[in-house]
Amino acid sequence: MSTVQLFRTGDTPLPDVIILTHKLTREYDMGSELVRALRGVSVQIQKNEYVAVMGPSGSGKSTLMNLIGCLDTPTSGEYWLNGQKVSDLADDELARIRNKEIGFVFQTFNLLPRADALHNVELPLIYAGMSARSRRDRAAHALQRVGLGDRMDHRPNELSGGQRQRVAIARALVNEPSILLADEPTGNLDSTTGLEIMALFRELHDSGQTVVMVTHEQDIAAHAARVITLRDGVVATDQARAA
Amino acid sequence: MPFFEAFRLAIQTIRAQKLKSGFSLLGVFIGVASLIAAWSIANGVNRYMTEKFAQTLYGVNTFQLRRRPMFTPNVPDSVWRAWARRPRIRFSDAEAISEGLTVPVMTAWQSSDQVTVSYGNKEARDIELTTASERYFDIKNLGIAMGRPFTGEENRSGAPVAVLGDAVAKRLFVDRTPLGKSVRIGGVPYRVIGVVEHQGSILGFPLDRFVVVPALSPAQNLVNPPGILDAFLVKARSDPEMREAMSQAEGIMRGRRHLRPKQDNNFVLDTSEGVQRFWAGISRILVTVIPGIVVVSLVIGGIVIMNIMLMAVAERTREIGLRKSLGARRRDVLRQFLAESTAIATVGAAIGIFAGIGLTILINKISPLPASVSPASVVLGVIMGAGVGVVAGVYPASRAAKLDPITALRQE
Repeated sequence: MSTVQLFRTGDTPLPDVIILTHKLTREYDMGSELVRALRGVSVQIQKNEYVAVMGPSGSGKSTLMNLIGCLDTPTSGEYWLNGQKVSDLADDELARIRNKEIGFVFQTFNLLPRADALHNVELPLIYAGMSARSRRDRAAHALQRVGLGDRMDHRPNELSGGQRQRVAIARALVNEPSILLADEPTGNLDSTTGLEIMALFRELHDSGQTVVMVTHEQDIAAHAARVITLRDGVVATDQARAA
Repeated sequence: MPFFEAFRLAIQTIRAQKLKSGFSLLGVFIGVASLIAAWSIANGVNRYMTEKFAQTLYGVNTFQLRRRPMFTPNVPDSVWRAWARRPRIRFSDAEAISEGLTVPVMTAWQSSDQVTVSYGNKEARDIELTTASERYFDIKNLGIAMGRPFTGEENRSGAPVAVLGDAVAKRLFVDRTPLGKSVRIGGVPYRVIGVVEHQGSILGFPLDRFVVVPALSPAQNLVNPPGILDAFLVKARSDPEMREAMSQAEGIMRGRRHLRPKQDNNFVLDTSEGVQRFWAGISRILVTVIPGIVVVSLVIGGIVIMNIMLMAVAERTREIGLRKSLGARRRDVLRQFLAESTAIATVGAAIGIFAGIGLTILINKISPLPASVSPASVVLGVIMGAGVGVVAGVYPASRAAKLDPITALRQE
């Protein structure tokens, strides 16, 4: 396990710490009751780590995933992403962070059904304001990287589940994000295809990509080098696995 | 996202959902098409009235001295009674003006009434008998199809000769020549010396059911008491000369009628302006009614587009969530949906413009109205179409932009 900086409020994370959460809490006001989904989560993830976040449903792992993905803002605590404190950023700035720093991979792929693979992968680059030509080049390159160089003009319904998830991964990687953030990436795939995707994750991790994956499957989590388990909104265990 | 991207995306979406988009652009289509067609018709009616109608009835650069205006829409009874009390125009008035005018003009006497004209046992009823002097044909621009008009000599001597309108000649003589034949007008035989060219009709009124005879021929007793005429026609060479002639004629008439400076004229110097004013009034009504139709259809079009866009936002909640997770800002999503509704409305407006122009061409072909497309209406059509798109898109687009990405992504 990597060395951990003891972080106090007011500190700045070490340069190679990609993700740092400090006493992160998230509460939902459901009218009649206050749901405390996260009750103070402090984790540090370093560059080129491969981390799985586990936990039973209701443990807060989805909430943590949304916060790490900058889709949500914490009730209290700090969140630093790639040296920038993002826990108190405004809406548009969070959109920019999502665009530049985070590559999402969803359980249900979330591809645009009417657009071909290439256009789906181009999407983040459109919001980055890149020109059409360089977008195309970058998207094509990303598709080649996930082994779909010959499927660029196929629409999602012309692709298998595994191929769709590969398109989604290419889309996640196309902006060269700090972290690849995957939410149950094999949840909608059969076990063989799931293993292929895990092999691809391994490959990406080996080439230097930081990967954070939320899953409830022990087998899938076993592919990661480090497993963080949440229970009742706090970190229960945080274990490095033998590589 | 640059605006061009938003617009391209909008076109893609519209092409992917042809039927839905087709329905949503219907309202704008109807609005713009009716705007352009109605505007063109109003334009056409206007030109028809000012150019053809007025000039056929009055002639170019021509005024008429009359007891009351020839064209009298919406006149209250009291005014009618006042007109009826006025003295009539006398031969001597016409002669005095002819002598008194210093401007070079062409003049003619004219009186008219409905009569029956017969040839043998054939009758033509409700024919407008005009007793006129020889210049009448020139002033009214009535071309002679066969034979000749009557001469000044024939007019002064009151010769019983007649020039027939096209419809009268056809009614009485079918396809034989009427020239030299004798028709009876009020029991008096008249020798036919000419037939006027076919004049067609104006707003459905036939213009060929007339007979013209010399003003001093026996038939003068059929139309007016002795020494009285309906109108004295004066045609000048240009508009300024006509105005000069009018003011001279007015002076002469006021002198003859012994009117004091404060008294109003008890006669009129009637020009086509009166008719033109009347039609200007009608086209003003058109111009106020048409916007009503246009606004109603555009509002309906806007509501349809707004509903379709709200549906689109609901259907594509997940897509919006995804786009936001990939870095779309609120304004990107807002722009995307605004571009979509604007594109729908603009496409509707464009089709509407073509339909409106097509309708105008059709009206030109099948009716006598010279309808013409006004460029201003096309520009206005595009602006209003796009405007409806923007206005109708604002609410759905802002709903889309405000969606929370987490909730949106979770939506099935």
